[in-house]
Amino acid sequence: MFEGFWTSQVVWNALLIGGAAAVLSGCIGVFTVLRGQSFAGHALADVSSAGGALSLLLGINPMLGFFGLGLLGALGLSGRRQGDGDLAAGILLGAGLGLTALLLHFAISLRNSTGAAAVVMFGSLFSAPPGAGALALGSALAGVVLLGVIHRPLLLSSLDAGLAAVRGVNIRLVAGVFLVLLALAVTLSAMAVGAILSTALLIGPAAAALRLTRRPGLACALAAGLGVFCAWGGVALAYASYGFTPGRVWPVSFFIVALVFCTYAAASLRRA
Amino acid sequence: MFVPYLLDGWIVATLVALASGFAGFFVVLRRESFAAHALPMAAFPGAAAAVLFGVAQIYGLVAAALLGVGLLLWLKRGQRNDAATALALVALLALGALFLSLSGRYADAVYALLFGQVFAVGPGDIAPAVALGVLVPLAVLAGFRPLLLSALAPELASVRGANCGWVDALFLLLLALAAALALPVTGALLVFSLMTGPAGAACVLLRSPKAALALSVGLALALIWSALALSYATGWPAGFFTGALAAVLYLAARMWRRARRARPSPGWA
Amino acid sequence: MSMALEVSGLTVRLGGREVLRDVGFALAPGAFCGLIGANGSGKTTLLRTILGFETAAAGRVTRDGAVGYVPQKLELAPDMPVRARDLVALGLDGQRFGFSFPSARRRRVVAEMLEAVDLLGFADQRVGELSGGQLQRVLIAHALVSKPKLLLLDEPLANLDLRAAAEIVALLKRVAGQGVSVLISAHDMNPLLGAMHQLVYLANGRAASGRTEQVVRTEVLSELYGYHIDVIRVHGRILVVAGDGHVHAHDHEHVATIP
Ligand SMILES: Nc1ncnc2c1ncn2[C@@H]1O[C@H](COP(=O)(O)OP(=O)(O)OP(=O)(O)O)[C@@H](O)[C@H]1O
Ligand SMILES: [Mg+2]
Repeated sequence: MFEGFWTSQVVWNALLIGGAAAVLSGCIGVFTVLRGQSFAGHALADVSSAGGALSLLLGINPMLGFFGLGLLGALGLSGRRQGDGDLAAGILLGAGLGLTALLLHFAISLRNSTGAAAVVMFGSLFSAPPGAGALALGSALAGVVLLGVIHRPLLLSSLDAGLAAVRGVNIRLVAGVFLVLLALAVTLSAMAVGAILSTALLIGPAAAALRLTRRPGLACALAAGLGVFCAWGGVALAYASYGFTPGRVWPVSFFIVALVFCTYAAASLRRA
Repeated sequence: MFVPYLLDGWIVATLVALASGFAGFFVVLRRESFAAHALPMAAFPGAAAAVLFGVAQIYGLVAAALLGVGLLLWLKRGQRNDAATALALVALLALGALFLSLSGRYADAVYALLFGQVFAVGPGDIAPAVALGVLVPLAVLAGFRPLLLSALAPELASVRGANCGWVDALFLLLLALAAALALPVTGALLVFSLMTGPAGAACVLLRSPKAALALSVGLALALIWSALALSYATGWPAGFFTGALAAVLYLAARMWRRARRARPSPGWA
Repeated sequence: MSMALEVSGLTVRLGGREVLRDVGFALAPGAFCGLIGANGSGKTTLLRTILGFETAAAGRVTRDGAVGYVPQKLELAPDMPVRARDLVALGLDGQRFGFSFPSARRRRVVAEMLEAVDLLGFADQRVGELSGGQLQRVLIAHALVSKPKLLLLDEPLANLDLRAAAEIVALLKRVAGQGVSVLISAHDMNPLLGAMHQLVYLANGRAASGRTEQVVRTEVLSELYGYHIDVIRVHGRILVVAGDGHVHAHDHEHVATIP
């Protein structure tokens, strides 16, 4: 079942990207949940899908596309107060998804990449470009370091914006940097499990960790650990699935999301 | 554009717009954006399972959307937990991805189910589409007053003897059926746009509930017809035009209303 | 004669706290009853329990006939495509399933109701764009249009200016005169003094009730409020004002008269 697992270049690439995405998303996810910005994460993912499609069309590294549009989305989000049931936000996101549909259509017809929609929306770790692993790891590390730098004011402003302002924290700056980090986490998650599934890696391990501990630092470490477990477990299961239905690999993203879901369910049972 | 083999597509799209216009009006009024977002996602694995098992898509869609209603009602009963809800939706999408990949038609089916593929509609899809496209509007009209009153204030509806729990469930049911019908045409990701863009614009523009409902349906028809015509003319996907036109419609309506408000009213001139 | 509303031995717990304890009173048909109490004394809870929105831990509520309700607050989005006249019309048959067709009779009934609350000029305004007092009056019209036997109003005067409050009280007095029992909550009883026959006073979860002339007396009110209360007559009307803070013992005939 697992022969050739450790020697495969493709598998190593997948493990690197999945691990990097899980670590950064776990840490950022804890703050996203604490700040009640799950919706923002979801919106950024939808918007960044257009970037993924654009990069396929242009033939550049998808990370660039996801991140570029994610930043644009972050810019849009920082301009307005967000609310969960917001009609206008939903309709604007719909326009963004329409753009994704158009770009994917071009990518499919002009570049003959029939799987473009599946790759961007549902991810495909096993077909990531060879250099992507190192790039993902590098940016995840940079993201974690930056998060470490701003974690104190970020935490303070997440818990009590008024108090943070009194203490001299530049709330807008902190919120802006956090949105950029969120865009980066969404980018890596989108590389790993696809744009519309990226919420799973961002929210799932973090929410599970916050059910087990309320201490933010510990929760970050725990979320990163759980995320890596899900990502690597997903890669391994997908590799093994070649034996389930001969000749066909089940999507890695399915396994990762399923593991995240089970992890969260288990964590909520423990506390209940 | 109206050649016979595309005619089915036009007919189904028209029925989709009817159902979406009626259901979407109450999505906006009852502020159920979340349900309108979630139910198409819930229907997605049903369509994928239908592809996998080779049954007509509409049955898979309706079955899965109804399960989605059950899930939503269950989530509503406990205090809703955002993380759990988001994860449940994403898990459903991933399940759909699994079904599609097992069906061996992963590549093209993913695009069709996420972003729509109206001209792939065949004659076999007409009968269920007619059934749903007529049933949903009639049911919305029949439930118009309780749906409206409980949208304004559930307590006032209860005082008048309406059972708000049932009215809520009825609404979600109709929304699920409309979403199931619309999904193959607009795709799971753009059902929301078709439902809320025209309805949101209508609610901004008109004050009378019945007139706004009528306008919502009219705009939904105009939206889907323009999207199809533009798609046919350019060869670009209809989903793009659906998403873009819905946003344009809504923003234009908002701006028009704001401009009218800014003008001093003649009474004070 | 059967009572329009009978409440006896009512105890209600919310979030583990006993909000109402052993509350009892009755309303005859056509009675105009004030439900008076400070913020948080349980007025809303009592009304909601009468309506069946909260379940009582003990005691019973018996109602006779249809009931109309005017809630304390209603949050409406300004974009709702619902006009004042639509909200009033929903008071006629908002619970009904089935197709409804415009009818001249309905329009007339709705217009008459809006006229009665003096809002005909705002019939076509969106409910989300009405002022607080206007919305209050539309809600009263909504509650009255179906001709209920019992009308429950939760602080309908809180948002009204003096004149609007007086007009609403006059309207409710007319309504009571036609045989409808009115139970109206308020933290200030003054606007109601000219109209109410009867009064239920809530404090610390307990209720005291009686006819207005029995309760609105300095010694009774001072006892109830735990604070000195003056009952004053002005131009033949009665006003209740807080005094200087001490409960004067045996302060019997303290009804001052200002000519
Ligand atoms: N759902 C609830 N759970 C727990 N306690 C509640 C709940 N609703 C109300 N209470 C408490 O019950 C008490 C009575 O509340 P209620 O709203 O009935 O007061 P009220 O007399 O209507 O006050 P107001 O004049 O401010 O409207 C208050 O102390 C309130 O905090
Ligand atoms: Mg109250």
